[in-house]
Amino acid sequence: MTSGPITEAEKDRARATAEAVRAASAPPPGEAPTLFSVQEMELNFGPQHPSTHGVLRIVLRVDGEKIIEAKPDIGYLHRGTEKLFETETYPMGIPHTDRMDYIAAATNNHAFCLAIEKLLGVEIPRRAQLIRVILDELQRLSSHLVWLGTSGIDLGAVTPFWYAFREREQILDFFEEYCGARLTLNCMRIGGLPFDLTPGWVERLMEFVDDLPDRIDDYEQLLTDNRIWKKRTVGIGVISAEECIEYGLTGPILRGSGVAWDLRRAQPYECYEELDFAVPTRPNGDTYDRYVVRVQEMRQCVRILTQCIERLEEGEIRGKVARVIKPPAQEVYASIESPKGELGFYCVSNGTNRPYRMHCRPPSFINLQALPRLAKGHLISDLVALIGTIDIVLGEVDR
Amino acid sequence: MRLSATLLTYVKVVVLVATVPAIVGFVIVLAERRIMGFMQARLGPNRVGPKGTLQGLADLVKLVTKEDLTPADAERKVHFLAPVLTVIPALTALAVIPFGPPVKVGRVSMPLWVADINIGLLFVLAVTSIGVYGLILGGWASNNKYSLLGGLRSAAQLVSYEVPMGLSLVSVLLMTRSLSLVEIVERQRDIHLWFVFPGLLAFFIYFVSGVAETNRNPFDLPEAESELVSGFNTEYSGVKFAFFFLGEYTGMIIISCVAVTVFFGGWLAPFPNVAALNFLDIVPPFGWFLVKVGFFLFCYIWFRSTFPRYRFDQLMGLGWKWLLPVALANILIVALAILATPGRTDGMVTLSWIFGGLFVLMFLLAKLRQRLARRDRLAASPHARAV
Repeated sequence: MTSGPITEAEKDRARATAEAVRAASAPPPGEAPTLFSVQEMELNFGPQHPSTHGVLRIVLRVDGEKIIEAKPDIGYLHRGTEKLFETETYPMGIPHTDRMDYIAAATNNHAFCLAIEKLLGVEIPRRAQLIRVILDELQRLSSHLVWLGTSGIDLGAVTPFWYAFREREQILDFFEEYCGARLTLNCMRIGGLPFDLTPGWVERLMEFVDDLPDRIDDYEQLLTDNRIWKKRTVGIGVISAEECIEYGLTGPILRGSGVAWDLRRAQPYECYEELDFAVPTRPNGDTYDRYVVRVQEMRQCVRILTQCIERLEEGEIRGKVARVIKPPAQEVYASIESPKGELGFYCVSNGTNRPYRMHCRPPSFINLQALPRLAKGHLISDLVALIGTIDIVLGEVDR
Repeated sequence: MRLSATLLTYVKVVVLVATVPAIVGFVIVLAERRIMGFMQARLGPNRVGPKGTLQGLADLVKLVTKEDLTPADAERKVHFLAPVLTVIPALTALAVIPFGPPVKVGRVSMPLWVADINIGLLFVLAVTSIGVYGLILGGWASNNKYSLLGGLRSAAQLVSYEVPMGLSLVSVLLMTRSLSLVEIVERQRDIHLWFVFPGLLAFFIYFVSGVAETNRNPFDLPEAESELVSGFNTEYSGVKFAFFFLGEYTGMIIISCVAVTVFFGGWLAPFPNVAALNFLDIVPPFGWFLVKVGFFLFCYIWFRSTFPRYRFDQLMGLGWKWLLPVALANILIVALAILATPGRTDGMVTLSWIFGGLFVLMFLLAKLRQRLARRDRLAASPHARAV
């Protein structure tokens, strides 16, 4: 419609619509409201809201500030990524995965490439495997840092955000030096990697990694034993291990409920098998435990990174892959542990150079399912904490 | 003579009303942003003017030139009235604050306060609590559910924190036997004891309630950026928003001024009876007052960059279940200490030592707890280099 002054007819139409909506949502005729009768309010939370971490919309029914029902409404960032995969050749799909979980592009690239490599049966050279793990873990760190900072802000603690982003900037600098991009990395190729590391990269990374445990302690000092932080997170959004499994939740949420399920351990890919790291779990399944799990995961990232750097040796960075990728007709599913949970790609090939179907299992989308369950009975302030604790990226939810 | 006194009062009112907003805009806001910048490993505003000193001017120009928007279906008159209702009481309360002892100008002695009324403290409490109407009405009149929730939160919060705040001041009144702020300071001078020492507990209750009263972190629920999208002031822009802003910061100044006057000896220099510290007299009394108020304003900023935000029900719980009973108990304790030694100050001094000792002990215990927790943390997740 062209812009211009609103005509009377349009105003009438708008009024009629509003009237219809009002009539539809009016309470059923029955008891007349008294002074003490409770009136529910419908509150539209998002898509333009600072704490929905993107364009998530949640329709809330609230009694005062207490949530009776929370209905997530998604799709504002839907770009048809899965359909796009079908229209383009296999390598052309990698940049699209950057735009899914844009906080952790490297892991998306990795999962996508892994699925196609499984289809082709390619062997990845050891150096490429190690560098992939390094990139993955750096990405996990930066994703957790974003989560830490933003969920701190959600609960009113602004300072951790700046500390976390200070370190994240450094990680992005490493990515930039490696592949030229900071956010949408496009840093993996089918069969290996696009580039070798630049000279001095590893040494600088080592310095940074050595410094990290102290930095993580800085964040913890601000939050972990903070009385208000605990008050806002302990016992909020409790979910049991059984429920987690029923909902299909993965990642730190599952581990925060006491299930030591980490694909890096359970179904090792690349060279995770030989690396020594712990899978942190916590028993209670509340927001605080998920916080602790993520922070400890960051510490484990440091361990993994150190080991990978030590093992790094000269070698090929790309396996033997044909120029034109035409995998045999078959179906595969490959998944990795992304910072947010199990990120998998299910690929159906029909022998051509394009996938017949490419389905993604996005952890954010599946974890978001639990939000109505978690939010019920809590207050609006807690909803903000819960969205933060699920750690969603709307690019991945909507795809 | 009488005419000139009236005139002087008018002059002082004008000076106060002109300077406080300027101080808020130019000094406090800039200081807040720079200090928070420092604490948060970033710079803060440093572009406008040398070292960012003219940032206040830029903000002012921005706010004044912004479109003043009133949402459709808002209660227009109330929407307009709300910001005014926040600022005027805040500025009015400043009238009874003594900024320093009377200054001699020639033969005339000019007091550094607008009015010394015998119910000064009560006046401050009464007038500042009018300010809450601004927030409630602003939240309600905006015709926005988030603003409404913010307004309701502020109503509940301010009403419940008035009570412990008033009660904590009662214990000081037992020591001063006067509500006049000037007399409170003079009494502290006469007995050589700041009321913060015998009233340490009262001071903590007062300051916590004060932070809650002014809607600042960690009690900034009515505006709660991340939950209610600025709450009661969501629908305000331009000058009206600036008024809310001014009201909030003036509120901070008042809470700090009252804290200084009642607990920290107002314009008095510390330790007047220690001869070695006589050089402190170099700073004029007004300077001391400013320094002390500045410290409390710094505390506000410090809190803001340290604490997460309380949840609404927890906030109410803290006020009614903790601060209120403790404030009541404190009144009893202080009253007993005064009754034990009638006419003398021994009881208050003893109480000071007890409170001081307990405070130091608790501080050390908290430090120890922090240290132990850190050790556990590091033990639970081995250091990278230990592998």
